[in-house]
Amino acid sequence: MAHRPGFVLEVDRSTPPTLFHHGEGFRLEKLPIGSRVVYPSEALSPLKHPDAAIREALLHPVDMEPLPALLKPGMKLTIAFDDVSLPLPKMRRPDVRQRVIEAVLDLAAEAGVDDVVLIAALALHRRMTEAELRHAVGDRVYDAFAPRGLLYNHDAEDPDNLAFLGETDKGEEVEINKRAAESDLLVYVNINLVSMDGGWKSTATGLASYRSLRHHHNVRTMQHSRSFMDQHRSELHSSNWRMGEVLRKSGIKVFQIETTLNNDTFPKPFDFLQKREWDWTARDRASYVAVSKSLERTPSRLKRSIFQSIEAPHQMTGVNAGDVEAVHKLTTAKVFEQQLVPVSGQTDILTMGLPYICPYNVHSIMNPILVMCLGLGYFFNLYRGKPLVREGGVLIMSHPTPWEFHPVHHPSYIDFFEQVLADTTDPIEIEKTYEKSFAEDEWYRHLYRTSYAYHGVHPFYMWYWGAHALQHLGGVIVVGGDPKAVRRLGFKPASTLRDALEMAEDVVGRHPSITHLHNPPLLVADVS
Amino acid sequence: MRARLPRAGFPYRAPTTPRGIEPLPEEPRWGSDYETDWARRTPARYARFFIVEGPMRALVRAIASPTRRGMDRLDSVRGPVIFAANHHSHVDTPLLLTSIPERWRHRTVVAAAADYFFTNRYTSVASALAMGAVPIERTRVTRRSADELAGLIAQGWSLLIFPEGGRSPDGWGQGHRGGAAYLSSRAGVPVVPIHLEGTGRIFAKGDKRVRPGSTTVTFGAPLSPEPRESSTRFAARIEAAVAALADEARTDWWSARRRAHAGATPALTGPETTSWRRAWALGDRRSRRRRDRPRWPDLG
Repeated sequence: MAHRPGFVLEVDRSTPPTLFHHGEGFRLEKLPIGSRVVYPSEALSPLKHPDAAIREALLHPVDMEPLPALLKPGMKLTIAFDDVSLPLPKMRRPDVRQRVIEAVLDLAAEAGVDDVVLIAALALHRRMTEAELRHAVGDRVYDAFAPRGLLYNHDAEDPDNLAFLGETDKGEEVEINKRAAESDLLVYVNINLVSMDGGWKSTATGLASYRSLRHHHNVRTMQHSRSFMDQHRSELHSSNWRMGEVLRKSGIKVFQIETTLNNDTFPKPFDFLQKREWDWTARDRASYVAVSKSLERTPSRLKRSIFQSIEAPHQMTGVNAGDVEAVHKLTTAKVFEQQLVPVSGQTDILTMGLPYICPYNVHSIMNPILVMCLGLGYFFNLYRGKPLVREGGVLIMSHPTPWEFHPVHHPSYIDFFEQVLADTTDPIEIEKTYEKSFAEDEWYRHLYRTSYAYHGVHPFYMWYWGAHALQHLGGVIVVGGDPKAVRRLGFKPASTLRDALEMAEDVVGRHPSITHLHNPPLLVADVS
Repeated sequence: MRARLPRAGFPYRAPTTPRGIEPLPEEPRWGSDYETDWARRTPARYARFFIVEGPMRALVRAIASPTRRGMDRLDSVRGPVIFAANHHSHVDTPLLLTSIPERWRHRTVVAAAADYFFTNRYTSVASALAMGAVPIERTRVTRRSADELAGLIAQGWSLLIFPEGGRSPDGWGQGHRGGAAYLSSRAGVPVVPIHLEGTGRIFAKGDKRVRPGSTTVTFGAPLSPEPRESSTRFAARIEAAVAALADEARTDWWSARRRAHAGATPALTGPETTSWRRAWALGDRRSRRRRDRPRWPDLG
């Protein structure tokens, strides 16, 4: 059956309760009559022969010579790939990166290329563990390269292995991984889960240092990205594209390979999460009851490990290779084909259920800062044109928001939450007063480089990610969250959706329009 | 005095032949003529399911400790396939039957030598029931085996075949025969090359007892015949693919790919030289020595 596109449903008496994600759990909520629910499109049909499609893309790239013509004996080849933050949830083996990397390496072997290095392009994210690297690139590639030190995580704080390439015309410094910069060919293997990913952002962000990243990961850039899911109206992307130009002028040859996935997100028994409620069969309803009732009685640690073990049945819908910008245009079109949903007009109140995962808590804990980043950073920005919620409107999100942090992955988050947010929640003030001390803290730097910690500055970036939403919204309410943690974020806690809607009326007035973002599976609202 | 029970006679026993009557010549019922249809009917399939998933899996785990690699290469394959593996030991078939991905595992028949597995009633029944074996001639050329196997593939059964034609006599592989390639071309299904490492150390041809050890099963990417490719050429390609998998299992994937593209993959059949030098060249792959277990934990 052909996939059904996303659409907007107007709630009436016959509408069944609507599913809200709620961390490692779910809620069914009865929305007021007249509310709108934006449903994502169903999964696009995958490529029938993904390996053949990858080979075809490598042999017939866009605006570039075929890959075999770029591979020569004696050359220096670097393959960089997206880190653990993509895709979400992690996909079932074989991961699409493995398929692409094996195809590239096969051609390199055929051409007699000996000097090959693989780098996880993780910018300031935490290093990937062996298990995560194995999952991404496959055991064959891992066993062949990692033991010889030829497969490793990018280190944005290693002065000996960074190359300064110059400045953009706006004075932005460009510094990336030295091995990548000095290679005869840099092949970048990307997964474009959302339209924000890919393009020059892959190399100019993924392989960059703090010195370089701070020029676009800041409050001003985020407030001028409307939204960062729309490359043409995103200052984040403009900055990355300017940096890409510096990379190009420095003589770095990038062969970009971008892949897109369908939004087949949840495997059984969680597949009811991606169905529209009225399509739920008796089995789906039984699954919902069984899963949600047992989750209520499950300790949070166990719940987390159950959810973090979910492997999405994502399948590849497209693969393009060649020139960075030409490839990215095709990729973005494919992502929008899967995710774009036309929505007419803005709303006073936007509701959303936040799931258990965001790009920065894979195999980890969704701490309150990440809750803010997922809701106000990512989901709020899932629009093209205008934000779904009007200026001065209210955002209601549902998440348990526990006052919990992963001590290994998020050490600087703990201090950010305890010290910085206790003082102020204003992104500009935070950036001005605190960023430098966290970014240059030797202990955080040590943990980032040798343990599995996010960089000291990372919680700041999470907060900046939501800067546009904070500037735009009249209020944020969290349903079912830990009240203390929610208040620390500067938001208001509510126990039920009904309470939250009443509280929101104080801000937006009586009889407000309400829209629910039924997400994930991911969607981008094309608001007219 | 003990009472004697009357002895059950015909029709509960076979009839005797009257004197002077020449009995009909007994029709051959074993060997390649053995009918295995019954072993693919539902009751036998259920029985085989429990045998494979129960005692066979436990036995394989106990004596072969398998590591399975490359199953992701079969991710996008649909429909029946021909699994073609190298052959060193009687352990190979149970190891493969418990290693083949589940969507084929219980709908796979094994091409088994008629002159070895189907010599009498008991071995025939046991082979057909436990392994789903189908007899094939290896001592003479016959169309019957090929027709039967092609028919089974057309019905959706996958086939497990050892193209070397028998177990290795000396630890090295043997040249591939054309059966798997021919059936693939005829039935239009891909061949999945498989390499087994380590089974020769456990129970090689001529061994009297089993020596538990570890094994590696490496699945390769499926191969299909090129247009107008002869079975001989395709068989050579399958052999090369198995050799490349052997190289991958002994070194690593990247080194194996580089050697494969440079045409330098070590041949499965080993060097063409005297027997002792072939044995020498095997190294520890055919070692009979028990693996030494350290008495103390290795503290580095």
